[in-house]
Amino acid sequence: MSSEEKLMENFMRKIEAEEKIEPKDWMPKAYRKNLIRQISQHGHSEIIGMQPEGNWLTRAPSLRRKAVLLSKVQDEAGHGLYLYSATETLGISRAELIAALQDGSAKYASIFNYPTQTWADVGAIGWLVDGAAIVNQISLQRTSYGPYARAMVRICKEESFHVRQGYEMMIALAQGSPAQKALAQDALNRFYWPALMMFGPHDSESAHSARSMQWKIKRETNDDLRQKFVDQTVAQIEFLGLQHPDADIKWNEETGHYDGGELDWDEFYSVINGNGHCNRQRIEHHVAAHEEGAWVREAMQAYREKQRNKAHKQAA
Amino acid sequence: MANESMVLFEVFIRSRRGLDHKHVGSVHAEDSEQALEYARDCYTRRSEGVSIWVVKSEDITASQEDDSESFYDPSDDKPYRHATYYKLPEAVNNM
Amino acid sequence: MSVVLNNTAILEYTLRLADDSLILGHRLTEWTSHGPFLEEDIAMSNVALDYIGRARMYYGYAAELSGDGKTEDDFAFLRDEREFRNLLINELPRGDFAYSTVRQLFIDVFNSLYLPKLMQSNDETLAAIAAKGIKETRYHLRRSRDWTLRLGDGTAESHKRMQKAIDSLWGYTHELFELDELEQQLADQRVGVDNTALRAEWLATVESILSEATLTRPNDDWVVKGGRTGYHTENLGHLLTEMQFLHRSNPSCEW
Repeated sequence: MSSEEKLMENFMRKIEAEEKIEPKDWMPKAYRKNLIRQISQHGHSEIIGMQPEGNWLTRAPSLRRKAVLLSKVQDEAGHGLYLYSATETLGISRAELIAALQDGSAKYASIFNYPTQTWADVGAIGWLVDGAAIVNQISLQRTSYGPYARAMVRICKEESFHVRQGYEMMIALAQGSPAQKALAQDALNRFYWPALMMFGPHDSESAHSARSMQWKIKRETNDDLRQKFVDQTVAQIEFLGLQHPDADIKWNEETGHYDGGELDWDEFYSVINGNGHCNRQRIEHHVAAHEEGAWVREAMQAYREKQRNKAHKQAA
Repeated sequence: MANESMVLFEVFIRSRRGLDHKHVGSVHAEDSEQALEYARDCYTRRSEGVSIWVVKSEDITASQEDDSESFYDPSDDKPYRHATYYKLPEAVNNM
Repeated sequence: MSVVLNNTAILEYTLRLADDSLILGHRLTEWTSHGPFLEEDIAMSNVALDYIGRARMYYGYAAELSGDGKTEDDFAFLRDEREFRNLLINELPRGDFAYSTVRQLFIDVFNSLYLPKLMQSNDETLAAIAAKGIKETRYHLRRSRDWTLRLGDGTAESHKRMQKAIDSLWGYTHELFELDELEQQLADQRVGVDNTALRAEWLATVESILSEATLTRPNDDWVVKGGRTGYHTENLGHLLTEMQFLHRSNPSCEW
């Protein structure tokens, strides 16, 4: 057996024994590459995800909502940081990650390319988008790469607040005036389908799924996770007294799951390929902030060098 | 990319008095003072810590985990270093 | 002086402090997702959260004092520009990072002197809010002092931006140390604070930080005032329009 084969065997033994892979371990190049792609995409989603909700920070309708929303958006930044940290353990720098986001070579969740037009959209995002994310993230707590799994544990702990505040907001709207209830229904109608699409294409269409499952980067398939989310959402919609956006939703006695209508995959790929309402705006926003901050980062660096020189002189 | 020049620090947090500091992640900062501030802002948003350490990532010397056979195995043959090695009568087993 | 009349004075005073915190907190939230790098973005949100939290405590107390069923949101969302009593420096646009840093420095140094005095207020609630606030402010000041040094003594560009921010903001610092009749009266009763007595130490602290950061203190010949009488800059109206529109679209609703 060549040494490469031996290493590979050792790697697979760990994977199969549910041992975590840690940063300094030998890992196949493709495993590393796959992880960098997935974790950074996850991190970018958190960072870009600050924008649609941040869009309502200055307009939140009560002081309590304002404080809650700011904490939530700040958490997204924090989660982005945890995930960038985890990605950096794979030997790629923050600067490289940001460059890949900005030049479009790295992706982020397509859901954030939909505009937040009304206040109810903020509630729908907390409830549905964070709700869908958490279904995925709970599963990822068992992912095979140690730093990623630990970041997920941390994020899941914080994220349930996000879902709950979103749903609480939806309750207030659904039980409010007819106009508020209409806002809630409208937001649900617009965000339900894109939330389902967050789980990615059908397993049969998913480019990275099979190997990711084999390496236990992903622990459950796109379709299985999506089904979980569909199932749990039905009762939540009912409780709000809103209409389910999927006219075909139906309990299936045999499978013990809900069957629903097919997703509009043309729209999914169209938004992924840059044609959503906000694709360009989101990246331009990120680039603008980054460029506006360049002089600050340069000044910090200059200051540090000056301080170091001073210390040298004093020592000499 | 000016961000490139910032230093990567590993962050360790003691969540309660009496516990060890535990690694939680990393931050970028210009120097250790700033790293400490950012560690507080980024990793203790829900009062998770009473004490924080930051260490430059490059200052950590780590064992190669795949070398663990030579690193750790030698002590595997000393089961007598573990408490469970010694079977005591039930009456005094609470030792 | 009757108890009722004093309550009205304390209510008015509390609202002024609430408005200061809310308007500055609102300006700070405008930085979220616009920060110069991720860690700093998170840190600025923390400061914003502190100020919004402080505003809520003050408004909550004002609601209690008003005793007519008003809530914190009634004060924040249903008063007009002329009724807001925040000091002008809080309402100025967020500007660039230098501008926000300098504003924070001026206000943080002020609060580091003001809040310990308010902690000694005869009014227990105000004293308690100040006690919580001073802990936050000490941390805020560490940040703004640190940034002032880094940016003042950083590059030529950052130095220029900092000096420009100082020159644009200095004229608004004078009203931090003014007392009108009501504030004088409350200071005499040891409910409020005598802000005029804080200026010397404020100047000494600010000057020493600026000089360490190789920056210059402007002269005092430009002075803008009016916040405490509701005589605001044009910026506040736009801020309130944005902040209040949704709440006002249906004020009887729960959100």
